[in-house]
Amino acid sequence: MKINRLKALALASATSVAALVGSVANAVEIEYWQYFFDARVKAMEQLIENFEAANPDITVKMTHFPYADYRTKVAAAIPAGEGPDVVQLFYGWLNDYVQAELIQPLPADVFPAEKIDAEFFPMVQAMKDGDQYWALPTAVRSLALFYNERLLEEAGVEPPTTLDELMAAAAAMTKRDGAGNITQVGMTAGMTAQDHHWWREGLVRQMGGEPYADDYHTVNYNTEAGLKALEFYTNMFMGEDPVTAIGFMDEPQAAFKAGLAGMHIDGSFRIGALDKQRGLKWGVTELPATADGTRSNYSSYWVNAVTTKAEGEKYDAAVKFMDYVTSDEAMQIWLDVVGELPAKPSVGMTEANASNPVYGPFIRGLEYANTTKFADESGQRQLMVEMVERMQLEGMSAADSLAVAAEAEQKLLDEYYTK
Amino acid sequence: MKLYRDLTIRQKQIAWAWGFLAIPVLFYGVIRFYPTGNAILISFQDWNLLGERTWTGLDNYTKLFSDPIFWKVFKNTFVYLLLGTPVSLVISFVIAYHLDKTRFMHGFLRMLYFLPFMTSAVAMAWVWRWFYQPVPIGLFNNFLASLGIPQINFLNSTTNALPSILAPAVWAGLGFQIIIFMAGLRAIPKSYYEAARIDGVSTWTVLWEITLPLLKPTIVFIVVFSSIGFLRIFDHVFNMTTQNPGGPLNSTKPLVLMIYQTAFSSFDMGYAAAQTVVLFLVLLVVSLLQLRILKDR
Repeated sequence: MKINRLKALALASATSVAALVGSVANAVEIEYWQYFFDARVKAMEQLIENFEAANPDITVKMTHFPYADYRTKVAAAIPAGEGPDVVQLFYGWLNDYVQAELIQPLPADVFPAEKIDAEFFPMVQAMKDGDQYWALPTAVRSLALFYNERLLEEAGVEPPTTLDELMAAAAAMTKRDGAGNITQVGMTAGMTAQDHHWWREGLVRQMGGEPYADDYHTVNYNTEAGLKALEFYTNMFMGEDPVTAIGFMDEPQAAFKAGLAGMHIDGSFRIGALDKQRGLKWGVTELPATADGTRSNYSSYWVNAVTTKAEGEKYDAAVKFMDYVTSDEAMQIWLDVVGELPAKPSVGMTEANASNPVYGPFIRGLEYANTTKFADESGQRQLMVEMVERMQLEGMSAADSLAVAAEAEQKLLDEYYTK
Repeated sequence: MKLYRDLTIRQKQIAWAWGFLAIPVLFYGVIRFYPTGNAILISFQDWNLLGERTWTGLDNYTKLFSDPIFWKVFKNTFVYLLLGTPVSLVISFVIAYHLDKTRFMHGFLRMLYFLPFMTSAVAMAWVWRWFYQPVPIGLFNNFLASLGIPQINFLNSTTNALPSILAPAVWAGLGFQIIIFMAGLRAIPKSYYEAARIDGVSTWTVLWEITLPLLKPTIVFIVVFSSIGFLRIFDHVFNMTTQNPGGPLNSTKPLVLMIYQTAFSSFDMGYAAAQTVVLFLVLLVVSLLQLRILKDR
């Protein structure tokens, strides 16, 4: 009897050890890469934990490194058979990644195109090729108008809802010293920050224009609408009573953080930094509309994709992981931790999210947002910066400067797309 | 082993010499010459870091020479050189000349001048960047405003920005040049000065006829050294204009910054490599010219 029991015990432990060994042998490890941004890493850690709990036979190893090295490392690692199975990339890089055969399309059975078309915000369709998607985002970003509650109250104005109200509120909050130097701006300005997006996809469209034609292959802002948009923008700091100054406090968000700017246009990713700022009471509202109620916004996003390195069981695991990080649950976690907006209206537009005083304006902005397809984002931004500088520093007229910028950007696009 | 034993002493010496040289030769080959050769190769290709490299012949070079921004940047690079080198040379000589004669707190003063050279260029550039800001945060402009003088646009100006960025760069290199000058001054034999004093020559003549001619090797060294530094200026410019690198309107952009942007924000490696080859040739020509002058003495 005793012996039997011992035998049974031995047998039981042997099988459990075998089971343990077996499960370890079956475990698939996949690698996930993203660039380092504290909140994104934390959110991803949480997602991985949940995913591993639901799929005990898969482990996900996350690697992250500074943004500056990101592209170089991915490019070097994947062809060498190293590196990630699932990789994060900026939506604007998709073309380059596809052409270099670094990523593979998502399987149509798990990610049917019609379902994604129906469920995700329409801008995500930029990731589609035929009836297959190359990549999908967890979260998207849009712009909104931050305002300093104390300064607004002090000046006795309400958060603006139209462009005219914006200018009036900004004028009311601008302060000058005895020599006429601006010591507090009503509104921040600087094409180097988010203003170039506001100008392209916001103001130009609001003035009745279409910034690009031909699926963003042709520059189309050298028009009446583009000129009106540029004049509105430069009038803020070059008009008779400027309400802002380029380079005030070195950079726009610094001025707003320091409480020396009444209003500031920025993305949802700024929320975290502003929350940490002691003594700053701020609120956020949708980008101002024109007098007839036209609104427009800019959105951008980072996507995840399965790389060409993932094969066999790693591929299956990678697809499962992709499925999870684009799920409703993952999107809510990403919103709560990172502050980036869910990529599906069904998650973003929930009563709680859309009426949230902080996220609400951004989420509502997504409904009328456009996504610029950049060939070289920093290069194209630079042209906007120079468009304003030519006017401010060299006295060029708005029309001429606009024409120069349009021509230069067209050249840049042509070079990129004819490669 | 037998093979080695059969060698003559001379051959053994050669074998040993190459044995020791192997490490630096390998190092130079892998770390210097291979990337240099590769860069020259890439300059004839089109490559975005991700995809295939495709052969494009001289396209990158023709694009470069017809690019107005390149010529602007080329000019800026030489403005940094032609403004920075003489200015820093004169200032450091004047300081070294007088510091050499000063006995009071000599070591402390010398330390003060040398300190900026040891400071990180990035930290220094950011501090100066804030000095230059408009009111209410800029030190210089706050001072001007308190006197009721209109503020000056230091960095947001196509004419003032380059000298504004050059100033801290010159200041940062000063300490090193002063030390070298002082060493040069100490190396001049005292007997020349004594002879001059006996003859009753003026201080000016002593400076002109004795000190400066005998300092020539020192001057040549400093000129070569600082010219290469100014031709490769990057960190001060990049850090003082990060949001708009080399701006406004490319008025401060040096060649190295243009290369960096082409390569790592536009990912046009071929074009960047072509610019690098041009920079390499410029540095080569400038160095050869200066070496020629050095040989003259």
